[in-house]
Amino acid sequence: MLRVEGLSKAFRGLRAVHEVSFEVPEGRIDALIGPNGAGKTTCFNMIAGAIRPDSGVLRFRNQSIAGLRPDQVCAAGIARTFQIVKPFAGLTVLDNVMVGALQRLRRVSAARERAAEIVEKLGLGSKRDQPASSLTLPDRKRLEVARALATRPRLLLLDEVMAGLRPTECDQLVETFKQINRAEGITILLIEHVMRAVMALAQHIVVLHHGEVIARGAPAEVVRDPAVLQCYLGEEIEV
Amino acid sequence: MLVLAGLLLLPALAGSYLLSVATLILFFAYTGQAWNVMMGFAGQLSLGHSLYVGLAAYASAGLFFHFGIGPWAGVWLALAACVAAGAAIGFLAFRFGISGVYFALLTIAFAEFTRIGFDHVAWLGGPGGLFIRVSQRESWDLANLRGPPAMFYYLMLALAAGAFAFCAWLLRTRAGYYWQAIREDEEAAQALGINTFRWKMLAVVISSAMTGLAGVFFAFYYNNLFPEQIFHISRSIEIILGPIIGGIGTLFGPILGAAVLTLLADGITEALAALGWEVPGIKQVFYGCVLLAVIMFLPHGIWPALARRLGL
Repeated sequence: MLRVEGLSKAFRGLRAVHEVSFEVPEGRIDALIGPNGAGKTTCFNMIAGAIRPDSGVLRFRNQSIAGLRPDQVCAAGIARTFQIVKPFAGLTVLDNVMVGALQRLRRVSAARERAAEIVEKLGLGSKRDQPASSLTLPDRKRLEVARALATRPRLLLLDEVMAGLRPTECDQLVETFKQINRAEGITILLIEHVMRAVMALAQHIVVLHHGEVIARGAPAEVVRDPAVLQCYLGEEIEV
Repeated sequence: MLVLAGLLLLPALAGSYLLSVATLILFFAYTGQAWNVMMGFAGQLSLGHSLYVGLAAYASAGLFFHFGIGPWAGVWLALAACVAAGAAIGFLAFRFGISGVYFALLTIAFAEFTRIGFDHVAWLGGPGGLFIRVSQRESWDLANLRGPPAMFYYLMLALAAGAFAFCAWLLRTRAGYYWQAIREDEEAAQALGINTFRWKMLAVVISSAMTGLAGVFFAFYYNNLFPEQIFHISRSIEIILGPIIGGIGTLFGPILGAAVLTLLADGITEALAALGWEVPGIKQVFYGCVLLAVIMFLPHGIWPALARRLGL
C-alpha cells in the first residue's frame, strides 16, 4: 500500500533521514520506532507532504505521492496526527472533527453527523461542545486521531498518540485502533515510544537510528535484536 | 423587532445630523463586517482596506463623471477592480508564503502606492480631487443614487443588514469552517485536506468585493474624492477599529464596535464644541484610549463579554 524507497533528507548537512526503505502492506498495523532524533517524525512529514524529500521514492496505492502538498496527500487517502498536537483551539471538539469530515462530505450537515459518530468512537462524546482549548493533553491526542479519521483515510499515520496516557487509557486506545483496523480496513503506521502499545498493536516493526534503518521484523524478534538493544541501552561492556 | 422598527423609522424621527451619524455607523458596521471575513474568519490581517473603498469609489465616480454611466452599471467595474486588486495581493502573499505581519505590510504597501499613483491620474482629478455634481433633491433617484440623506441611510441600512446575513450564512458553510480552521492552525488545516491557498484567496476576494460596494456608496454619498483621504491608512484603521473593539470574528462585533466608536467619538467632539472647546485630533486620541481599554480589559472585544453577560 505504502512503499518508501531510498528516502533521504538532510537539514543543513545533518542527515536526518538517510536511504530509508520500507513497505506497509494493505490492512496491516506497523510501527516505526527508534530513539529520540532517529528521524521518525521527519519520515512522517515527508510521507504527509509537509517536508519535501531530497531524494527517494514515495508510492501510495501504486501512485507517486512525492512532491504533493499535504492537502493532496490527504485527498489521496493518507491522514496524519501531529506529535505536538494542533487542535483548532477556538472551535468546539465536534467542529474540529467536522473540518476533517468535510474532506469527503461536502455538505455541512452530513459532515457533522459523521463527526459526531467519530467523536463518540474516540470517547469524546461528553465533551463534543466544549472548545478544544479546554481539553486535557490525552483528550487532545484523541482529538488528533478523531480529526484524522474523519478524513476517511486508507492509511493512518499516528505520531506518538499514546505518550502521556495512563496504562488503562493506552489499552483503550489500542482496542480502538485494532477495531478501526479490523472493521474499517484502515492500514495504520505508528510512531511510538510506549512499547506496551507497540507490542500490542504492531505486526511489523521498523527501527530507525540516526536516520537509518537498523532492524526490521516481527516485534518479538526486533526487541531481541542486538543492534536495537545497543542503540536503546548502550553497548554491552565486557567486565 | 423594536430595534428593526427604530432603524426603519429613524429618518422620520431624527434630525439631519443624527441621520448622518447613523449612516456613518452603518457604513463602518458594513466595512467592518467585510474586513472581518478576511481577519475574523480566515485570520488574514489586512491593514489596507482603504484600497478597496478607494478603487471602487473612483471607478464608479469616474464612469459617472465622464460618461454618465450610473452607479448600478459602474458597480460591476468597481467590484472587478477590487477583486483584481485583492486577488493580486492574495496571490503574491499566499503563493510565496508571506503571512502574519508581512502580509499586513503588503496590504499597506498596495494601498499606499495606489494612493500615490492616483495623485498622478489627471483623468480622475489627481490630487485636486474628483467631484460629482451635487444635486440635493427631495425625490429619490435610486438609478443614479441622487437623493436626500434618508435614501442613503436606507441604502446603507440594507447593505449592512445584507452583509450581516451573508456573513452569518458564510460561517455555516464549508468555506466558513475551513477559514476558521486556517485561522486557528494553518498546518493542521492543510493536513486535513484543505487547500489553504484556494480558501484564503476566496476570503480575500469576498472581503475586497464587499468593501468595494461600500466604496461605491461612499462616492455617491460624499460626492468628492481625494486620493490623500480615501486611500489613506487612517481610513483603513477606522475600518478595522470597529470589529477589533466589538469582537474580531463575531457577527455582532463589527456593528457594536462601529456604534460605540462613532457615537462616543462624535459625542465627545460635539460636547466639547458645545463647551466652546475645539480640540483638533480629539477623535484620534479617543480612538486610542478606547482601543487601549478594550485590549486591557476585554481582549476579545466587547461583544463576547456582553454575550456572556446576557447569557447568549
